[in-house]
Amino acid sequence: MQKFIARRLLSVIPVVFVVSVVIFTLLKMVPGSPAAAMLGDLATADDIAALEAKMGLNRPLVEQYFIWIGNMLHGDFGMSVVGNETVASVVFSHVKPTISLTLYALVIATVIAIPMGMLAARKKGTGADHAATVVSLAGISLPSFLFGLFLMLIFAVKLRIFPVSGYVEMSRGLWPHIRSLTLPAIALGFMNAALMMRMTRSTLLEVLGSDYIRMAKAKGVRNVALVAKHALKNSLVTIITMIGQSAVQMLAGAAVVESLFAIPGLGQLMVNSIGRRDYYVIQAIVLLIALFNVLINIAVDLLYGVADPRVRAA
Amino acid sequence: MLNTNGTGAEGAMTYPAAQNDLNLQRKKLAHEQAEIRLKKFTRNRASVFGLAVVTLVVLLAVFAPVIAMHDPLAMNTADRLQGISAQHWFGTDNMGRDVFSRVLYGARISLTVGFTVGVTSGLLGLIIGLYASTNQVADNILMRICDGLKAIPSTLLAITMMAVLGADIKNVIISLIVVNIPNMARLARSQALVVREQTYIEAMRCLGSSRKRILWAHVVPNILSPMIVQMTFVFASAIITEAALSFLGAGVPAPAPSWGNILKEGKDVIYTAWWMILFPGIFTALTVLGLNLLGDGVRDLMDPRNS
Repeated sequence: MQKFIARRLLSVIPVVFVVSVVIFTLLKMVPGSPAAAMLGDLATADDIAALEAKMGLNRPLVEQYFIWIGNMLHGDFGMSVVGNETVASVVFSHVKPTISLTLYALVIATVIAIPMGMLAARKKGTGADHAATVVSLAGISLPSFLFGLFLMLIFAVKLRIFPVSGYVEMSRGLWPHIRSLTLPAIALGFMNAALMMRMTRSTLLEVLGSDYIRMAKAKGVRNVALVAKHALKNSLVTIITMIGQSAVQMLAGAAVVESLFAIPGLGQLMVNSIGRRDYYVIQAIVLLIALFNVLINIAVDLLYGVADPRVRAA
Repeated sequence: MLNTNGTGAEGAMTYPAAQNDLNLQRKKLAHEQAEIRLKKFTRNRASVFGLAVVTLVVLLAVFAPVIAMHDPLAMNTADRLQGISAQHWFGTDNMGRDVFSRVLYGARISLTVGFTVGVTSGLLGLIIGLYASTNQVADNILMRICDGLKAIPSTLLAITMMAVLGADIKNVIISLIVVNIPNMARLARSQALVVREQTYIEAMRCLGSSRKRILWAHVVPNILSPMIVQMTFVFASAIITEAALSFLGAGVPAPAPSWGNILKEGKDVIYTAWWMILFPGIFTALTVLGLNLLGDGVRDLMDPRNS
């Protein structure tokens, strides 16, 4: 198991390296010099050259890359072009709403999808199963911003149950906080809920068809215990993977949903930064989420060991 | 699934009459197989529905200039935000443009982006994957690059690339191709590795076929079907991402009638003009649904376990 963990941790290095090279290359593809952009229209060519030298922009690309990555390892992500703030503090101040939204969406998706997938697998071929299939198809065809717009149209504009957009912080009460995030969380979680439901159904069906389940049935194990105790345990590896991947996808999907519902999270910050040409902020957010993705994948792999003794032994 | 075309070597040694007979039998067999497949496809109502929807949207897009009664870009401030009428089937938008015409022309943009991205990323992924499957060193490098690219969620990578390249339809296509290549390359590589281990490939090698011939005449035809299925799904997801990028203002630039653009403008007038959200929304969802169902159908058809 220790060998497994060590090997898994080492495999992260090339991935993170490639991610950083990709982001660095993209940053270098930005038209125009960042020094010129920071100094504005009135700067002379000498001023720009001086700042470029100060920022290290006149050195070879490889050297620039190592300076850049070195700065980031020291927590220096550069300055945002807005409000004379460091990128780190700008990004950090937008983290909370995104975490709330993603967790909420993840809870909604998991709580709905896994029981429904189990039900569909148990009652294969019945109305409940067909209903689950239709819902999952709808989920795959409805992108989050579109579903969010439809939800907004029905529940905020027509029925007026939820606010159209806006965000209420948790310090101003839990209920208003949850209420402001409900439509966005449903919009964000729906597609992943659909995928999870499909996967839960198919893995559970596979497990339910296996010999040891037939044996358990022959021994007279009741239906509920059969699914909940015997079958679910063996589907756990797939379910853990799905939850992990969903968390990453939701974090990325938050960019669109936050912009739609005007939630001041990382996603909205990123989209607004495009308009402001604030590339250092964009770079920091992408890097942060990619790192989170890598960490989640490791966590998922390690959880396999907990859920499945065969992995531990290997 | 065995390849039945590439058997030129032994063909020269048989008598012409026998060869003709063999060809005839092959043709008959191919014809029968095609018939069975068609039957299987039409029996699956979901995939027939998918095909019908996709065909309809393609026809609407192709004949948009004939069907649309208005210029999708013609503004008419006197007719701002009109509801559904005989004149304007889907109402008008905040600049008095006909939403029905804009949705039809939007289908052209969506389908162009989706198709180009699906096919190009598929072909490039195929080439990269095949190359990786034959060369150990290249394999290690290429697959690490793919892993790195896949670590960045595709929506975010696309948004970042659009931020750098600038909002333009050409750049949307480029970004989406880059985003989709890693999965395609991985698929092509893994499929090629499976096919290369098959006994008949081993037999070809023993018979002295060149590596090039094995690769192009035997490996490629046999990994093409999963690639085509995957291209259908990329087609669908590219339509979604294009709409999302345009909706965020980082996709196809403004006056162009992309579905994402119409939705973006519709969001600002959500209290008054529901039709600006409902109709382009339904078109987007139905097209994506159609493509997904079609992809599922084609996959079931190609899967040898189902025959």
